[in-house]
Amino acid sequence: MPVDPSFIGKPFPYPMSYIVGVEKIRDFASAIGDDNPLYHDRDAARQAGHADLVAPPTFGVAIITRAQDEVLFNPALGLDYSRVVHGDQRFVFQRPVVAGDELFCTFFVDSSRMVQGNEFLGLRTEVADPAGEPVLTVYGTLVVRGPDA
Amino acid sequence: MSLVPKFESVSVGDELAPLTMTVDRARLVRYAGASSDFNRIHWSESTAAAVGLPGILAHGMLTMALAGRVVTNWVGDPGAVLEFGTRFTRPVFVPDDAEGATIDFTAAVRALDADARTAQVDITAKYNGQTVLGRARATVALS
Repeated sequence: MPVDPSFIGKPFPYPMSYIVGVEKIRDFASAIGDDNPLYHDRDAARQAGHADLVAPPTFGVAIITRAQDEVLFNPALGLDYSRVVHGDQRFVFQRPVVAGDELFCTFFVDSSRMVQGNEFLGLRTEVADPAGEPVLTVYGTLVVRGPDA
Repeated sequence: MSLVPKFESVSVGDELAPLTMTVDRARLVRYAGASSDFNRIHWSESTAAAVGLPGILAHGMLTMALAGRVVTNWVGDPGAVLEFGTRFTRPVFVPDDAEGATIDFTAAVRALDADARTAQVDITAKYNGQTVLGRARATVALS
C-alpha cells in the first residue's frame, strides 16, 4: 500500500529547534571512533576558524530525526515501518554545522514511486538557522518492501 | 592556518589513507544513542527475526559515518565537506562476539574542479569481500 498521496510535496515545518551540543558532537564522534580534534577540542576548532566544535558530516541525521519521525510515524501517512529499508542518504552543506547552532527543520516527502512492487519514498529535510538562512539539506530514500518482496 | 590540503597538491587518482573499522554490538549501542536512531532491528534479536532478518545488522548510517572518516581524516577539517552521499547496497551483520564485523574503507580522488577548488572523492566499503555502499561520494573544499 503506497503512502497517502496528500503528504507528497507538502512542507512539514517542525516547531521546535534543534540546538547542536558540544557533548553530543563528542559522543557522536566517539561512537564512530573518531578522535579528530575539531570534534573534541574547542580551542582546536576555534584555531581552525570555527565558532566551536564542528559536527561530523553525517551528524545531520540526529538533527532531523524528530522532524522526520513526526511525519513518518504519523498513522495517517500509512507507512509500515517494519517493511522499510534505507535506500540512500545524502547531505549537502551550505556551511559547516557547529556546536551552539540553533537549527530549524522543514521535512518533505518529495516523491513516491512504485518499482517492482516496492515503494521508493524520496525524503528531504531543509535545515536553516533562526534567520531562515539555509545550513544544510538532507536527502534520503526509504524503500518500503511490497507484500511479495 | 588551514588544515585542509592545497588544491595544487591534489591529483585525480590520489589514494586516501585507508581505514579498517570493527563494528561490534557495543558500537551499535553507542551509535544508536549518539545518533538518536533507536530502531529495534539494530539491537533486538526478536525484532530482527520477526521482520525476517537473519541477525542484527549495523545501521547503514553508521557504515556511512565510518566511510566519512576516510574523507575527514584526509581533509583534516570536517567543515570542508560540502556534500556526502551514498547508497546502501548490502547489510553488515554484526555477531554478538568480541570480533564483531570488520569493514575496510578505501578512497580515491575521482575529479577536481579548478574553478571551485574542490575535489570529488569516491569511497569503497567492503565487508566479507563484498561492497556494502554504492556510489559513496564526497565533495570537499580544498585550500
